[in-house]
Amino acid sequence: MQGIDFPVLTPLIFLPALACVILFFIRGERVVRIFTLAVLILELLFALPLLRFRLNTPDFQFVERITWVKEWGLEYYVGIDGIGILMVGLTLIIFPLCVLCSWSSITARVKEFHFCILFLCSACVGLFSALDFLLFYLFWEATLIPMYLIIAVWGGSDRHYASLKFIIYTLAGSALLLVGIIAFRIVGGTFSIPDLMRGDFPFGFQVWTFLVMAFAFAVKVPMFPFHTWLPDAYTEAPVAGSVVLAAVLAKMGAFGFLRICLPLAPQASQYLAPMMIALSIASVLYCGMVALGQSNIKKIIAYSSVAHMGFVTLGIFLFNLRGCQGALFQMVSHGITTGALFMMAGALYERSGDYEVKQNLGLGKYLPAFMGLWGLMAFAGFAFPGTNNFVGEFLVLVGAFEKNIWVGALVIPGALLAAAYMLRPTQKMAWGGPSSVKGWDDLKIREWSYLLPLAFLVLYIGLAPGLLFKVMNPTLENLLAEFKTQSPVAEPFFGPRPETSVRSDKAARIKERQEP
Amino acid sequence: MLFRPELIISELYQLLLIGALFIQIVAKRSWMPRVEQWLPWGAGVGIFLSIPSMESSGIMFNGAYCVDHLSQFFKLTLSLGFAVAVLNAIRQPTLKREKRCEYFMFMAISVWGLMILSSAVELITIYLALEIASFSLFPLVPLRSDDKMAAEAAVKYIFFGVAATAIGLFGFSFILASQHTGYLIDLAHKSWSWSAAPMAVAGMTLFLCGMLFKLALFPFHFWAPDVYQGAGNETAAYISTMPKVGAVVVLIRLTDLFRPGLEITTILAVLSALSMTYGNLAALVQTDVKRLLGYSTIAHAGYVMVGLVAGTQEGLAGAAFYAFVYVLMNFTCFWVLCRVASDGRNLELNDLNGLSRRAPGLALILTVGAVALVGLPPTAGFMGKFFLLTAAWNRGYNWLVVIAAANVAVSLYYYLNLIRHAYGEDEPRRAPAEMTGPVFNLLWGALLAALLILLGIVPGPLFSLAAGPSA
Repeated sequence: MQGIDFPVLTPLIFLPALACVILFFIRGERVVRIFTLAVLILELLFALPLLRFRLNTPDFQFVERITWVKEWGLEYYVGIDGIGILMVGLTLIIFPLCVLCSWSSITARVKEFHFCILFLCSACVGLFSALDFLLFYLFWEATLIPMYLIIAVWGGSDRHYASLKFIIYTLAGSALLLVGIIAFRIVGGTFSIPDLMRGDFPFGFQVWTFLVMAFAFAVKVPMFPFHTWLPDAYTEAPVAGSVVLAAVLAKMGAFGFLRICLPLAPQASQYLAPMMIALSIASVLYCGMVALGQSNIKKIIAYSSVAHMGFVTLGIFLFNLRGCQGALFQMVSHGITTGALFMMAGALYERSGDYEVKQNLGLGKYLPAFMGLWGLMAFAGFAFPGTNNFVGEFLVLVGAFEKNIWVGALVIPGALLAAAYMLRPTQKMAWGGPSSVKGWDDLKIREWSYLLPLAFLVLYIGLAPGLLFKVMNPTLENLLAEFKTQSPVAEPFFGPRPETSVRSDKAARIKERQEP
Repeated sequence: MLFRPELIISELYQLLLIGALFIQIVAKRSWMPRVEQWLPWGAGVGIFLSIPSMESSGIMFNGAYCVDHLSQFFKLTLSLGFAVAVLNAIRQPTLKREKRCEYFMFMAISVWGLMILSSAVELITIYLALEIASFSLFPLVPLRSDDKMAAEAAVKYIFFGVAATAIGLFGFSFILASQHTGYLIDLAHKSWSWSAAPMAVAGMTLFLCGMLFKLALFPFHFWAPDVYQGAGNETAAYISTMPKVGAVVVLIRLTDLFRPGLEITTILAVLSALSMTYGNLAALVQTDVKRLLGYSTIAHAGYVMVGLVAGTQEGLAGAAFYAFVYVLMNFTCFWVLCRVASDGRNLELNDLNGLSRRAPGLALILTVGAVALVGLPPTAGFMGKFFLLTAAWNRGYNWLVVIAAANVAVSLYYYLNLIRHAYGEDEPRRAPAEMTGPVFNLLWGALLAALLILLGIVPGPLFSLAAGPSA
């Protein structure tokens, strides 16, 4: 890598972790909040060198590689590409806003709360830039305990049940992920993800490693049958917790699919794609319908979040450029929109003390600014043209129709459902009666300060999506090109595939490569 | 060479400590300095004496006593563990003042036995060392003052222990009868398959029972939870940690004999899987914290066996690494428990409620210890598990790796329960007993916790220390 004279990613990863330690020596709740906010803004400044990201190459950039444990081939190996930089950017934007949105809602154990937030920030940035498989796992696990504590200590009335469900689900997934990582180390001989991407693994091996890793990622995303921890966790978590869970942690799963499952197990991805596509469609439709039946604002957002992530996984497993672009775009947009919706739900809770729609009726007349912003976010939530979600969802739909007309046709109702479940509560909240909101304040300056940046991003990305495409295209094109060469060309879409024929396919392919 | 004192400095020093303790026992009660004043320093010096002797190697007593890298690594572990155990037990509330000297002397003898055990390479020597280590442990349990539970636990411990020893000795006679030698180096060249030497295999299986009893591996675990519950907190901390280290070193030495595919190896692999599954499942429903940790010990015995079953250089080094880390993390958790139970009672999970308010430092230390026991990064517990699993996978024990990974998920629940009670629950209504000596409480616990995190981030040096120059 030319032109890298100082490490960029390492300070980004470890600044919040370092701030965690300093936090122990700080007294006073207000000071703790201001300190945390300052650190996270400083973190944004530290990210400025990332602007030198070169747009014309799919390579990993800002690479740092240091041997860590020689005997086991562990390395401290970080770097980002077009996928990683978007996720890191999303993380860096969301975290300072989390501090702002919990400014008045978190009153107990303030120091510990901000400790968890800073620690999470470190782990998330680390995860999105890790290129060593085990390092990836370390950061993956490092998010667990702080998130558990955030739900279990500062959560709602049913927090113990929700936090336990969350952690048992995710840990069951990640324990299997570790098995997959060890398997890749022993068969592939290295932990380096870029090196493993170039490897060619037997089909049977690919299938089961794909399954164990996909389980971990699917729980985190979450996908349809593994989503049951989510409504509890999202609902019981404090506002900042819900925001981080939805905006950043959910992306870890999708990121894992893109970064690890597709490049490392291409044949298995191809082979199991019908299953993944089916589960994605089930996510979109089933959770969309469940969202329609909810009366709790947070639950509506939670289920809509599963449905949106269904679009993401669907886009990934279409294996065409449109689908992948749409998926990645949707990952960013979903982070912004859902994050904003959760923050606004939290702001509402501070006024009414309840998340039920029927306790928050008729806001349109008394809280016009709030309702206006909520309207914008809700419209973005069901992918209204001009908002950020529209671009992503549209591209996924295009990709789906490119792949197979039936796949596309099956998801269309999902898009309609989104409009229904977002508009129903919005209408009630704006004009419903009898209203009990007399005397409530409209948005305060602090609330403006975390909602305006998100509103700006919703419109900016929605109206001028070009920049994001410029960042992601080289990486995605390269990813898909590699994928096409590695997975068999004439793949039957359905039906079993005997392992022996694949092995001979593989042998033939290797021969082909060697001959010319 | 028959005897070279420069090789066994750690053992001789430990003997010196025992002698000093013995003199203090027979001397006047007003003897100054009192045992709790000088023993921590004495044990601390032991650590520093074992560091320079890391490099020494040699054979003594006609090949029955082998000083090599493995033994020296374990002697370092043992002297570190002894120092922590002494520090932990020094203010023990349930120990009568006039019995302190005896208590620490028996503890020192037990450590001395374990040190000899880590160098023993001949079956009768192993047996003798094991007996020195075990028999001195038996009196420790009932020394909890005026407690019927402790007496019951002691009786259980002795009966089970003696029975296990007898079975081991019985097995030893079989081995000697069929293989005609007790030296491990000779035994390694003999056949250990059932078809070729059934008597030897049966004998070795019986002999192993003695070791597995120490390790509290399923199905030799029955004593563990009861003994921990009955013994004083500080005693339980010692019993649940140090004898395991001794058992691990003997098993590492014995693995030269076993190859994958042999009946014994398969049996051990199955026992390992059963042990971790049973230990974790049983721990889920415990409310007594010591009992909970007792079952967790059974599970951890299973994890260590994973590396031993793999039997490769990496696997054995992984097991040694894990034993060291286990000493640290178990003592870290017990450190907090012993401090919280300032009147020496048995802790219930509810007694931990609101610990984060009463003693935020201790709560954080407990969190680090529990997270390490689960095996989550960035603690050394994760690195240890990772080494073990990788080694086992490399040797083809895929099923064992999958079971171990699933067990990690199960175990998370009850370890996390400790953290949940410390952070999530409100304080109990009746005011808990006052904790004394905040600096003392925090300093050593924080040191242990810091060591756990440090070894998790930089595991390389310790691992190469455990692996030795050959790796």
